[in-house]
Amino acid sequence: MFDDISALSLARFQFAFTVSFHFIFPAFSIGLASYLAVLEGLWLKTGRDVYLQLFKYWLKIFAIAFGMGVVSGIVMAYQFGTNWAAFSDKAGPVIGPLMAYEVLSAFFLESGFLGVMLFGLDRVGKKLHFMATCLVAFGTTVSAFWIIVVNSWMQTPQGYAIAANGQFYATNWLQVIFNPSMPYRLTHTLLGAYLTTALVVGAVGAFHLLKDRKLGRAAQPATKIMFAMAMAMVAVTAPLQVLAGHEHGVNTLAHQPAKIAALEGHYESHDRRAPLILFGVPDDAAQQMHYKVEIPAIGSLILQHDLEASTMGLDKVAPDNRAKVALPFYAFRVMVGLGMLMLLLGAWAAWGAWRGRLFETPLLHRLALAMGPAGFVAVLAGWITTETGRQPFTIFGVLRTAQSASPLDAPAVAASLMAFILVYFFVFGVGSWFILKLMAGEPTPAEQMPDPEQAADVGALPPDAPFGFQLAE
Amino acid sequence: MAPDPGLTLVWAGIIGLAIFVYVITDGFDLGIGILFPVMAPGPERETAIATIKPVWDANQTWLVLGGGGVFAAFPLAYAILMPAVYAPLIMMLLGLIFRGVAFKFRSRTTRIWLWDFAFFGGSTLAAFCQGVILGAVLQGVKVSGRSYAGGWWDWLSPFSLLTGASVVAAYALLGACWLIWRTEGAVQDHAYRMAWRGGAASIVAVGAVSLATPFLNHDYFSRWFEAPGIYFSAPVPLLVAVTAFFFVRALKRRAEMAPFFLAQALFLLTFIGLGISIFPWAIPGQVTIWQAATMANAQSFMLVGVGLLLPVILGYTGYAYWLFRGKVGVEFYG
Repeated sequence: MFDDISALSLARFQFAFTVSFHFIFPAFSIGLASYLAVLEGLWLKTGRDVYLQLFKYWLKIFAIAFGMGVVSGIVMAYQFGTNWAAFSDKAGPVIGPLMAYEVLSAFFLESGFLGVMLFGLDRVGKKLHFMATCLVAFGTTVSAFWIIVVNSWMQTPQGYAIAANGQFYATNWLQVIFNPSMPYRLTHTLLGAYLTTALVVGAVGAFHLLKDRKLGRAAQPATKIMFAMAMAMVAVTAPLQVLAGHEHGVNTLAHQPAKIAALEGHYESHDRRAPLILFGVPDDAAQQMHYKVEIPAIGSLILQHDLEASTMGLDKVAPDNRAKVALPFYAFRVMVGLGMLMLLLGAWAAWGAWRGRLFETPLLHRLALAMGPAGFVAVLAGWITTETGRQPFTIFGVLRTAQSASPLDAPAVAASLMAFILVYFFVFGVGSWFILKLMAGEPTPAEQMPDPEQAADVGALPPDAPFGFQLAE
Repeated sequence: MAPDPGLTLVWAGIIGLAIFVYVITDGFDLGIGILFPVMAPGPERETAIATIKPVWDANQTWLVLGGGGVFAAFPLAYAILMPAVYAPLIMMLLGLIFRGVAFKFRSRTTRIWLWDFAFFGGSTLAAFCQGVILGAVLQGVKVSGRSYAGGWWDWLSPFSLLTGASVVAAYALLGACWLIWRTEGAVQDHAYRMAWRGGAASIVAVGAVSLATPFLNHDYFSRWFEAPGIYFSAPVPLLVAVTAFFFVRALKRRAEMAPFFLAQALFLLTFIGLGISIFPWAIPGQVTIWQAATMANAQSFMLVGVGLLLPVILGYTGYAYWLFRGKVGVEFYG
């Protein structure tokens, strides 16, 4: 049944769908957990209530986003076995332990301290609670580390051998973990998560600045602080991300030149002065880029820092090892384009802050608001680039996607795909709606009064609880 | 490179432990979901859900360790079993999605009935599917070479439906006993009544599964009814009877903690019984744990992590339970 193309494409689509939906939440909660730790730290250090307000405001949003990340993540833990059984059998002895480490060192840490973070402030005191927040934030980062290790090993495998029964096994764990693309991919992904969060926080701040302006009232201090913090983060992180992305690309050229050829749209090799194709319409059948807009020699300059350098095109790759160009080519352009806009937003905000007009530039606020979802789109585009660019392999150069799938009939995969699509759009649609509703409210001191609806959260807490407010959901 | 026979046993133990901890902890979370429709909306449901809010997420993580652990330690078993139980597994995951988000969503909406239903439906579906998966594994799956060779409805049988229903009943029992321990007043009174019914249903269900299992194949039969297997297996039903006796007595005396831990003891005995039926198969009659095990260097590499981190995990998990200890009252809602 391995030659059943439609079951294979359905399984691929299902993985792409469930992992993309899943990744939206961690991309946000990795950054948000760290932001919450910073806010709580500032509150403890300065004693200013405004930081606590912001902490509680974003904690409610974090609880929902994190919850959706967890439940969609459990699906991923089983997706390998359900739809990619052959891959699981063969790659299990290498990537299984890495994922076990993710569960042991990250998932338990996050879920164990999440309860304390959400409901425990009045039970453990400020300092221990801050520690719980930091541990949750640390857990999200550790989780990112291990899963990036797995993905990177599949992109740039090393430190392994293949046993007689067809299974891969590690010959050197350090080489497996610190495989060539891991540090670059990890940096790029974490910065992407921080940028995503900063853009969301910035957009919420901008939304309330614009609204306050329209209603002719002064902006809340909490709103100003969140907007300023977010813009500072964008101004610092966006240039770093451009740099990290570039280094990641150079690393990919060294280890996966076929992927670079696909995402750059280079069907032909160039002995020297390879152009940078800005846009075009790829045609795999003709192995040709139509309607292309290109800048001569810049392709060589960007990737190899030398105008005269030669570049490899897909013509140097065996036909059955070539990726389909369209997806990585377009997705890459979406990601880079949004990255440039983030750079612009950060620079503009920095300029505005320097001129002392950060809170009085409605046009900047409009841009920040419009850029709110840009981080999500960019990280998904980035993942589409890297995942489709390494096709037709699951483990680059060694294990083909077609040899990785489960022995399932197309109807089984189609039925589960339909179920996932229906449930995900409904459940995560509702969850996102709740998040947007929370974001539509401005963080104010008045909003922290206990909400009887949520009394259940504190259980048998005495009414004279030390903090006199509800944390949480 | 091959598996290490000793480490394989250790890993079978670790996976067994992870699955067992999952069952007895998320079991009571799911049990509360299963019992939700018979609880009154308002204070009773709010109290019940407040008892598990701080801990359910960590409880659920043991399922990830169980599933991820099978992948990591027994990749061949994982690769064969996951496609074999494809439909119930995916339904279980979808059930867990509804259950998990219901915690967050129900306090954010006026349509609380909708998310209460999602909480009940998701919990019940997840529990039922876990039982079906257990039954499907026990009754055996078709294997060819290194992969699953059956169809995508092979799991469906009267036996797997029976095990599905049994797990629902048994989780409901755990949920009721947890509420006895953690609540007081009217909520606790109701929990006692639910524990009686849940206990009766569980005993009937476990009895039915126990009677049916030995007849699934000759191997199970000889382990339970012929020497030398019977010397190991005979004490299990006896201990079940003794534990059930003490459980009934504890309920009659309105003990508060004892029913919960006696119910867990029943789970442990059932678990040991399952172990007697299955060991040393990873896939009954087809693949042993030694055939399914991963390479020795993966086993030892992971064991370092387990040795260092599992005690820490148990430590902070225990701390979280301790932190949220005590009765969760209803007076707060009045």
